[in-house]
Amino acid sequence: MKTLEELAQLREQMKAKMAIRSTEGKLRVVVGMATCGIAAGARPVLNTLTDEVSKEGLTDKVTVSQTGCIGICQFEPVIEVFDGESKVTYVKMTPDKAKRIVAEHLKGGKVVQEYTIGSSNV
Amino acid sequence: MIRSHVMICAGTGCTASGSATLQASLQKELEAKGLQEEVRIVPTGCFGLCALGPIMIIYPEGVFYANVKESDVPEIVEEHLLKGRVVQRLIHTDETTKELVTNLADTSFYKIQQRVALRNCGEIDPENIDEYIARDGYAALAKVLTQMTPDDVIQTLLDSGLRGRGGAGFPTGLKWKFAKGYENEQKYVCCNADEGDPGAFMDRSILEGDPHALLEAMTIAGYTIGANQGYIYVRAEYPIAVQRLDIAIKQSREYGLLGDNVLGTGFKFNIDLRLGAGAFVCGEETALMTSIEGNRGEPRPRPPFPAEKGLYNKPSILNNVETYANIPQIILKGADWFASMGTEKSKGTKVFALGGKIEHTGLVEVPMGTTLRQIVEEVGGGIPNGKKFKAAQTGGPSGGCIPIEHFDVPVDYEHLAELGSIVGSGGLIVMDEDNCMVDIAKFFLEFTVDESCGKCTPCRIGTRRMLELLNKITDGNGTMEDLEKLEELCNYVKENSLCGLGQTAPNPVLSTLRFFRDEYIAHIVDKRCPAGVCKNLLQYVIDPEKCKGCTLCARKCPVGAISGSVKNPHVIDPVKCIKCGACMDSCKFGAISKK
Repeated sequence: MKTLEELAQLREQMKAKMAIRSTEGKLRVVVGMATCGIAAGARPVLNTLTDEVSKEGLTDKVTVSQTGCIGICQFEPVIEVFDGESKVTYVKMTPDKAKRIVAEHLKGGKVVQEYTIGSSNV
Repeated sequence: MIRSHVMICAGTGCTASGSATLQASLQKELEAKGLQEEVRIVPTGCFGLCALGPIMIIYPEGVFYANVKESDVPEIVEEHLLKGRVVQRLIHTDETTKELVTNLADTSFYKIQQRVALRNCGEIDPENIDEYIARDGYAALAKVLTQMTPDDVIQTLLDSGLRGRGGAGFPTGLKWKFAKGYENEQKYVCCNADEGDPGAFMDRSILEGDPHALLEAMTIAGYTIGANQGYIYVRAEYPIAVQRLDIAIKQSREYGLLGDNVLGTGFKFNIDLRLGAGAFVCGEETALMTSIEGNRGEPRPRPPFPAEKGLYNKPSILNNVETYANIPQIILKGADWFASMGTEKSKGTKVFALGGKIEHTGLVEVPMGTTLRQIVEEVGGGIPNGKKFKAAQTGGPSGGCIPIEHFDVPVDYEHLAELGSIVGSGGLIVMDEDNCMVDIAKFFLEFTVDESCGKCTPCRIGTRRMLELLNKITDGNGTMEDLEKLEELCNYVKENSLCGLGQTAPNPVLSTLRFFRDEYIAHIVDKRCPAGVCKNLLQYVIDPEKCKGCTLCARKCPVGAISGSVKNPHVIDPVKCIKCGACMDSCKFGAISKK
């Protein structure tokens, strides 16, 4: 590296990678990763979420982390999206469904109603 | 894809308490659980809470674990990193509020801190230049090289009010201005990383936790004064700091941030390390430069000041590590931002190394003007074991102590100078009622006697004679005339020594004489050490009322000074007694006391 442009470019790339270390003012996505969640396939869901969030360049707006058993084991894998105080709960997740949530909810700001716990499809 | 960062402190403090083995076993455990692609371990610089080390912070949750042991690793991986459940038993309990704290920023230790010089310590991997760049690293250098003239830089520093953090508090902008003013085709930028005050370790933490900040600031200095070579004089006793600096310099060169064509602007600047052998006097600017030149580290008279004739007789500047660490941010955020912190004449923040009788031994950075009480009680967590605060020693062997009457003094250059102490490099040693102030003065004087380079007579012989007088007093042989002689000698050494070492060496004595004269008099007139420290003035006695005659003390006494028969009160022979205290420690009935 030699030039100012390259320095600025590198800074932006690295900022995205390190955004994980700040939690302020971000959407917080948690995946239920207790025994029930893992057994139902929460690991691939979690990995897909992290991958997609990073691919879409959302790391400075979204944190992805895990949580324990939410208490609705029959609906696992469960994802909760916290925006400040409000919360959306998605149930029976798969990696494909997770992709849609990243694209529509986390990026587009529109809740994917059909996957939420209140939806009649579940 | 990485979803979690585990920050492990890799500073000297936590390394000593085992963070390196912790890191290795965490790596192993992650691999065993197949998480190595999802969780990244980031070794960082010092978080400041050295007393609670090793320290670990897990993101994105930002959970803070203290005193983590190797045996805790499987639980952290299984519970936290895999299942997302915080390991409650490893969460730190705040000493002040008695509550569990999961986030480091919520501890009372961090609450009133404002981190400028330490902003990256604990936040980034110091061996990875990219992480520094992500935190706006080298942006100040880019700004200086493309948008500012050397005079702009000097004006910004002058406006910011930044003063040297090494001890003397000289305005940094002025220093640079002088050096720029002397025309010469060869000039030098030096960094004083020869941190020698007992109890001070903020420079080491910056070197270990954020080495690039120093390189960036020195390069800015080079551009400003017209130098193309920098030297960092760092003590060889800081192996981790030396290693990280080495790595940082290599990375900077690879990125073209140091070298013949910095950032493609045509500006040339290089930095090399020079290792010091640990002589205290080499922290003095002229002695430091003499040592870089390869000669014996001895000071020389000033003027000429280094700005005119410094290293190799060329115009040079020398700044302390902490001073440099502030500069990139002053350039980026502006002089007004910096000047908004602190007091009228002391701007910005200051890092203090808390030590002695205090709960949170470690590093803190607070705005100038924060009161001593706040630093000790709020940030430092107060004095352990319910003891009472007696005094705080600031500025190491060149400083003085601040007694409880001045507990609410705002800590800045002016207020401490009024009390006969100095901010110094920022060592802050807290003393409680069990500390003897004469003994403290003796401790610091022993240090300066050892470290005096011997070049000038007042310091070489004067400090020695002062120490002899102090020894006489603590041995119980002192007279009131000795006290006068001591004071006279102090003033003489202060006025006549060649360099800062000798000129400030009497400070610990003068300041204890000023605030704790009654303790000196107790040693001289009553032949008594009020704190019960000075051995020759102590007597161990057995209270015949409380003594049950169990004979334990007589058996513990290494010199057979205790006599008595079973079930009858025992007696200590003061002639034989060596005052080791073994009897007092062993007595189950509290019958033995110091007088």
